[in-house]
Order: sequence, then C-alpha cells, then structure tokens
Amino acid sequence: MSDDIQTWSAQLASDPGSLVFLPLAEALRRRGQLDAALAVAQGGVSRYPELADAHDLLGRIRSDRGDTALAQEAWTNALRLQPDLVGAHKGLGYLCYRAGDLQKSLRHLESAMELVPDDSQAQAALQRVRGLLAQPLRPAVGDPFEGGEAGTLLVDSQGRRLGGVMLRSDGTDASDAMAAELSGVSREARRTVRLLGLGEWHSLYLETPGMNLVMQEPRSETLLVLARGPEVPVGRLPLLADRATTLARRWMDKLG
Amino acid sequence: MTNFAQQVLEEVTRIPGVRGALLVSEDDGLIVAEALMEGVDGPAVAALAASLTGRLGRATRALGKAAPVLLHLQATGGAVFSAAGGEGLLLVAVTAADVNAGLVRLSLLDAAGRLS
Repeated sequence: MSDDIQTWSAQLASDPGSLVFLPLAEALRRRGQLDAALAVAQGGVSRYPELADAHDLLGRIRSDRGDTALAQEAWTNALRLQPDLVGAHKGLGYLCYRAGDLQKSLRHLESAMELVPDDSQAQAALQRVRGLLAQPLRPAVGDPFEGGEAGTLLVDSQGRRLGGVMLRSDGTDASDAMAAELSGVSREARRTVRLLGLGEWHSLYLETPGMNLVMQEPRSETLLVLARGPEVPVGRLPLLADRATTLARRWMDKLG
Repeated sequence: MTNFAQQVLEEVTRIPGVRGALLVSEDDGLIVAEALMEGVDGPAVAALAASLTGRLGRATRALGKAAPVLLHLQATGGAVFSAAGGEGLLLVAVTAADVNAGLVRLSLLDAAGRLS
C-alpha cells in the first residue's frame, strides 16, 4: 500500500491531469490520512468537475472526516452526474440513517440494491433500516440505545454485545467486532488508575479522525460506548455518556 | 530529538495540575523522555498508557477508523492523557483531578504535532 501511494504520488506529480488521483486519494483515506486524501480528491474534482467517481470519492473522505453536510453535497453532486452510482446511494443512505431520516435512507439503499443486488454491505444496511422502520415507535426517554447518531454499544466483560449498535462509515455493522476488541478495557482502565493511585475511573474519551468515542462502566465489567461525529462538542460527550450510563443501568435492572 | 522532546515535555508540565509528562514508545511501553514530579511512577505510567492505547487502537480499527489521536482516562483522583506523537511514540501526561482538561488536551495535541 505504501509503495502504491508513492508510485501514484509520483505519477500525479509528473502528470497532474492523470486519473491516478482516484486510487491515490482512496488509499490515503484507507490509511486514515484524511487531510492528504482530501487535498488530492479536491484537486481531482477541480480538474474533472463532471467526473461522478471523483465526487463520490470526495463524499467518502468528507464522511470519514465527519463533515456530514459537505459529504452529502459531494454525493448529491455525484448522483446528479451519474444517477446509477452505487457508492453515492450507499453513502447518502448511511448519512440519512445517521440523521434519523429512515425513509430517505431506505430509498437510497433500495436504489443501491437494485443496481448491485449482491452487495452484502448494502443488503445488511437495508435490512437494518427496514427493521427499524418496522418497529413500533418508542419513547426516547428510558432507552439507552436511542438517539445515537453514529452508535451506542453496551458490551459485557467477555466481549459480547449486550445492546445497541455501532456502524462503520460505510454503513456496515461493527458491533460484534468492537465488542470483542473492547473486552477487558474496563478492567485495564481500573488497573491503570489503581496502580497510579488515581482512585476510580469513570470515563474514557478517545478522539480519532472523524469520530470521537466515550466509554463508561454502567456496572462492574460492562462497558458503554458512545460514538459521535466531531460536530458534537467535546464537552458535551461526558454529559451524553452520563445520561446513557444512567439509562443503561436502569435497562439492565429491568433485565434482572 | 531528546533535547527538543524534553523541552516539549517541560512545556506540558507548566500547566497547573499536570504532575508529569512522558514520551513513550507505543510498542513496548518504555520511556523515551520524561518530566515528572516526585511520586509519579514513570515506568508504570508509560507501560499502562501504551497498553491501553494499543488495545483501544484495535477497537477503533474494528470500527474502520484510524488509531486514536488522543486518549483521556478520567478518574476520581486524577487523569491520564495520551496523544499520538508520530513514529510510534506517545505523549503521555498524568494530572490532578481538577486540571483544566481542555488546556491539557490542546497542549498535548499541539506538542504531539510538533514531535511528529
């Protein structure tokens, strides 16, 4: 991958009009180098404003950076140029899902499925949206898993999902993979603060490019994870986590 | 690098409530440079911060995201911050509970950027 990036970068430097900006920006995006990916993609879009794939790529990068409105604009432009562009339908389906507009999400995901019926990512996302639309409306208060734009997940001490869902930016479900990787985090956080004489831990915040996460322990050995885009101010995360933790405790109490 | 790193760490420790700052190898949790107040167990801070950061990096990758650029573990008696400093290094700070967390966050991100 690194060699490819070097090769493509060299090609683009020697021929700025080359379409190699497409695989180069995508490779940078996959490596998490979002600023570099954005610069390359924006250069490509400026040079090829009528190329739908370039707008689609820009949408993916904007989405990873958490620039929701700009990602939506890029994917909308892509569909204006090429109405059957699957990636743009999937991207808009995911953005609409995150924004809570399930009907619009459904329309985009159904379009994606019509275009590529064996797309397993789109199929999984479509099933999830259909499932949510089929559920009776529930009051938001009292449910710790309502209202999560990017995800809320409750994990037990053995790396299993107790509730909630965590989606990747392409709409695929990362809940079980996240749960497995988070097994033992609360134990390790407790060990860390105990050995350093810092008392009891109560929150763990993570900032990643395009997404911030906060974790708390509603009960011993369980972990509640909230993921939110960077548009949510850092100072609001602990407030959201406190509320979700309280609700998660009540939810577990009801389970018995 | 060491003199520059030491200077950066000392800048971080000037924030009221910061009890120590360290530059740590992410892979093995060993100290590269440190500026610690008396009573702070540097090797323990380094090892624990590297271990926790590595574990959480695997979790964010499962979510399709890059490794965390900043980690903040808040406890009743203080906090541990860790920022990715580039080239497999972590910039770690141990603080009192009443520290200005926003200032520490910005300071670490700025320092980590200069170290990268």
